[in-house]
Amino acid sequence: MKTAQGIPLDYYLWLSAALFTIGVLGVLYRRNAIVIFMCIELMLNAVNLLLVAFSNYYSDASGQVFVFFIMAVAAAEVAVGLAILMLMYRNTKTTDINILNRLKW
Amino acid sequence: MEFTNNLFYFLSFVAVLSALMVVFSKNPVHSVLYLIITFFAIAGHYILLNAQFLAAVHVIVYAGAIMVLFLYVIMLLNLNQETEPHKSTLIKLAAAISAGLLLVVFVGSIRGSEQMMVQPQQVEVGSVKDMGRVLFKEFLLPFEISSVLLLVAMIGAVMLGKNEEEGKNAS
Repeated sequence: MKTAQGIPLDYYLWLSAALFTIGVLGVLYRRNAIVIFMCIELMLNAVNLLLVAFSNYYSDASGQVFVFFIMAVAAAEVAVGLAILMLMYRNTKTTDINILNRLKW
Repeated sequence: MEFTNNLFYFLSFVAVLSALMVVFSKNPVHSVLYLIITFFAIAGHYILLNAQFLAAVHVIVYAGAIMVLFLYVIMLLNLNQETEPHKSTLIKLAAAISAGLLLVVFVGSIRGSEQMMVQPQQVEVGSVKDMGRVLFKEFLLPFEISSVLLLVAMIGAVMLGKNEEEGKNAS
């Protein structure tokens, strides 16, 4: 149950679970759309960390390639998401997500 | 061994603490800065896990590109003051309880999984050489498709960001 560096694999499981939960908490807790985006990044990173830990544990480089692709998808997601946010701000003059609860303005 | 363990504890502490600060700081600019600290801590974890290439890419892509984009949008929209209206206490309580329940589910599922794993023999992976071999042999098609994905994202961002009112005035 140890990685190549001698740290037990459970520790990484606990750390990733904690980071993912903090990300979920942020998405539920905050109203600012930009902060919600950042919390989504936090959740993606928790999963990335776990993938790298398991890739190290099983000595399989495929896990790290997956992290590589997740990074590419995250970059694309952030670019499009922030463009949508800019558009929303231009129309409503706010980034509060409660204004979008009817999906129109 | 002792040093590695202490490094792990330190990096985990920094990551979790600054992740909490991302959620609870009022100013969005402070959130961005705390998130950058979290990303550096996670990059430290990658180095600890012998994934040097990924650590470098992580710092360049996340701390270098994505967070600059966030900071740029916050500055552009002039959101760097505490303008967020308060959610009601009920909603905040509900959010905290839901996240706590999720944590309980994680704890329950992780605790039972310890006996299932077998220790395989360990070889070094994660260097640029190993990553390149896997990426360009087994994952060549996904690699090419991800370039199309980035192109589509770029076109989409430009299309969305274009000022429509200006276009109407010009025509």
